[in-house]
Amino acid sequence: MFGDKIFKYTTAFFAFFIVISFLMLIYELYKGSYLAISKFGLSFIKNTVWDPVNGVFGALPLIIGTIVVSLLSLLFSLPISIGVALVLVLYLPRKISRGLAVLIETMAGVPSVIYGLWGLYVLAPFLRENVYSVLQSMFGFIPLFSGPNYGIGFLTGSMVLALMITPIITAVTKDLLLAVPTSIKEAAVSLGPKKKELALIMIKYIKPGLFAASLLGLGRAIGETMAISMVIGNKFKLFPSSLFDTWYTLSAIIANEFLEATYDLYISSLVYIGLLLLAVTLAVIIIARIIIWRFSKVRGEI
Amino acid sequence: MSDYKIIVENVSAGYNSNIVLRNINLKIPQRKITAIMGPSGSGKSTFLRILNRLHELTPGAWVKGRVILDGIDIYDRKVNPTLIRKKIGMVFQKPNPFPMMSIYDNVAIGLKLNGIKDKKTLDEIVRRSLEIVGLWDEVKGDLHRPGTMLSGGQQQRLCIARALAVNPEVILMDEPTSSLDPISSMTIESLVKKLAEDRTIVIVTHNVQQAIRLADYVAFFYLGELIEHGPAVEVFTNPKHELTLKFVKGAIG
Amino acid sequence: MQLNKVLKKKILIDKAFTIILICAMIIYLVPIISIIYETVSRGLPALNLDFFTKPIPTAGEEGGGIANAIQGTVISIALASLIGIPVGILSGIFLSEYRELKITSFIRFINEVFHGIPSIIIGLFSFVLISKRIGFSVLAASFSLALIMIPIVTIVTQESLKMVPATIREAAFSLGIPKWKTTIFIVLRGAWQGIVTGILLSIGRIIGESAPILVTMGFYRWWFSGLDRPVSNMALNIFIFAMSPFQNWVRLAWGTALVLLVLVLLLNIIPRLMMLRREVRYE
Ligand SMILES: Nc1ncnc2c1ncn2[C@@H]1O[C@H](COP(=O)(O)OP(=O)(O)OP(=O)(O)O)[C@@H](O)[C@H]1O
Ligand SMILES: [Mg+2]
Repeated sequence: MFGDKIFKYTTAFFAFFIVISFLMLIYELYKGSYLAISKFGLSFIKNTVWDPVNGVFGALPLIIGTIVVSLLSLLFSLPISIGVALVLVLYLPRKISRGLAVLIETMAGVPSVIYGLWGLYVLAPFLRENVYSVLQSMFGFIPLFSGPNYGIGFLTGSMVLALMITPIITAVTKDLLLAVPTSIKEAAVSLGPKKKELALIMIKYIKPGLFAASLLGLGRAIGETMAISMVIGNKFKLFPSSLFDTWYTLSAIIANEFLEATYDLYISSLVYIGLLLLAVTLAVIIIARIIIWRFSKVRGEI
Repeated sequence: MSDYKIIVENVSAGYNSNIVLRNINLKIPQRKITAIMGPSGSGKSTFLRILNRLHELTPGAWVKGRVILDGIDIYDRKVNPTLIRKKIGMVFQKPNPFPMMSIYDNVAIGLKLNGIKDKKTLDEIVRRSLEIVGLWDEVKGDLHRPGTMLSGGQQQRLCIARALAVNPEVILMDEPTSSLDPISSMTIESLVKKLAEDRTIVIVTHNVQQAIRLADYVAFFYLGELIEHGPAVEVFTNPKHELTLKFVKGAIG
Repeated sequence: MQLNKVLKKKILIDKAFTIILICAMIIYLVPIISIIYETVSRGLPALNLDFFTKPIPTAGEEGGGIANAIQGTVISIALASLIGIPVGILSGIFLSEYRELKITSFIRFINEVFHGIPSIIIGLFSFVLISKRIGFSVLAASFSLALIMIPIVTIVTQESLKMVPATIREAAFSLGIPKWKTTIFIVLRGAWQGIVTGILLSIGRIIGESAPILVTMGFYRWWFSGLDRPVSNMALNIFIFAMSPFQNWVRLAWGTALVLLVLVLLLNIIPRLMMLRREVRYE
């Protein structure tokens, strides 16, 4: 009896350790950014100057950069993820599909610095020589396609991020597809024996789950740090001048400048950026979790 | 010394707002086989699990009334359920040897975790328990192999040996043969008979024939009520209640 | 005649649809294969005895290896595991074995959310909490890695324990074994494979983490010299080396990437194979 009580409270203590860490994380980030918060307040969010030399910091360009880059990566990744998941579930024999699924899931575990390294030394030169230059020679008269072509930049960054979040979205989509009840699938088959109809009906059925999966991917893309910092070019600007231009994101600036930050306000501003990043990702994750939770509950009741 | 091992007084039980057993009164005789019969959902398993305080571990489960084991109300607040359970072994519907554990450890673990460390004693008890269930000759060379490697019937006997190792005075069995083939079932049945020589057995069974073969006493449950109980001869030859008669004749259940 | 045409058109659309899907697959697989191929072909030439035994060269210096980074990474992971594994297992036990308590669903939710927090933020937390007080240190880095491990180990422990059938616990209780012994010596034992799987996956995850390393102990190229001092780290080195203009460092970056890739693949695939085998056995 006594041993059981001790056991219960010990394990409970460690479970609460997670909750406490979570609360402390929010508090410590606030504390760490206090200097910047007291100096710039909320206008930090709408200021557009980042000038370490004079101690002036504002995050708006980074926020825009983060939103654009992560949405772009989702835009690239979502159709591919859905396509890959459909192929895995509907087209391939089970054995091959399983092996491929393991490979794809494993890619989610590949360190982000390796994606970054590859993006910097393989993808960027390839795009610079074979894609961006061709596009420029064809559409160079449009401002969107003009400007310097480094290979690295926000478009390349979005592509690398898309690669990184595809395994996550694919895995969730695959599980959703596998969970579609047979009654729904049979309804599709009665419309004709075509896989296309079946696929479309299944996609329609899992739409809410797909939305949640996208949010999870988006959350991951927003928080992704090293890879994006390696391929985006790390240049502070409100908007890029062309598709091939460099840019910056909230996470990239932390990775790129943290070790260079030499005085307290500078460091504090970077922690403040971390706080903003936390707020955004928390919102995205929590919404995604709630949707998944409600989706599984509704489905469970049917 | 009373002739009754367990006396159940005014027991009602259920899950949340659901009443599953209503006002049960039953005396379970010492060193005899008492069979609990009844159709599916009549509350047999619930009743059995009340006798060793397993019932209360199910979320939402509640129980009222008194269960007296050797003169002590096991639901008294001062009573430690763990100590009660040491006296009352249990065998389940599906064989459930402990996973990732050798045959030897499956039998010895109850003693080990209750503080018995002496290797000789352990060896001795493991051997005796396996002998009683007739498994010793079959597994004596494989004691280190996982218990889950055995066949279904062997697993069930292993589970009985596991219960025997801690030397319980009462053994509860919840349809112990319902997931086994006929031959394994017969082996278990003769084993049950043997165990009753110096232990009190309460066995839940769906199977009227099994009750006829084994039981000294019979209790018949229907929709949460104890309809009829008494010596097997009486209940089978001259049931007082129409429902009992129907059940015994195979018309319900 | 008319009908035939409609049918043909339908079949054509279906084929086009299939082709689009296969294209999606190819668009994804080509870069993935390229990542693996390039890492192997550029990393392999860097791997030699010096690579594993010599310390990190200074910027621009020739030769050298990553020996101190290997040491530092092992130390960081060991320290992180020292905190992360017990905390994760114990909290997973609570969430599974006391799941009838209402509080567990709240903790589970927080745990899921914590799991989703970007590692750079976990790193910043550890920076403010530890590095700011005692300086850039392996302690701060390991703490952040532990915080990344804990939700993973917790979730996997909880799921593995849940897979152990309730009657196993009941059988143990009816032998008069108290709950705590039942959980530790019987239930945990039955769930061990799943838990080991989770631990390997979580190590696979933190071995490649560089963002939290960057903000908690920065780049360092010497041997371990105390818990309150930094150590070198393989994943972070890839970032530092890759962003540098020095040929030799870039070479070491690829070599390190290959080593990490192999480790991560092993740590991801071995547990998955273990799980597959287990599934087969349960079927
Ligand atoms: N965990 C539970 N939660 C809620 N209700 C339960 C639970 N277990 C059993 N019940 C309900 O209690 C009633 C009696 O169940 P019990 O398992 O005791 O019957 P039984 O006679 O053993 O049936 P069977 O022959 O099918 O094993 C049933 O109506 C069942 O639905
Ligand atoms: Mg039952």
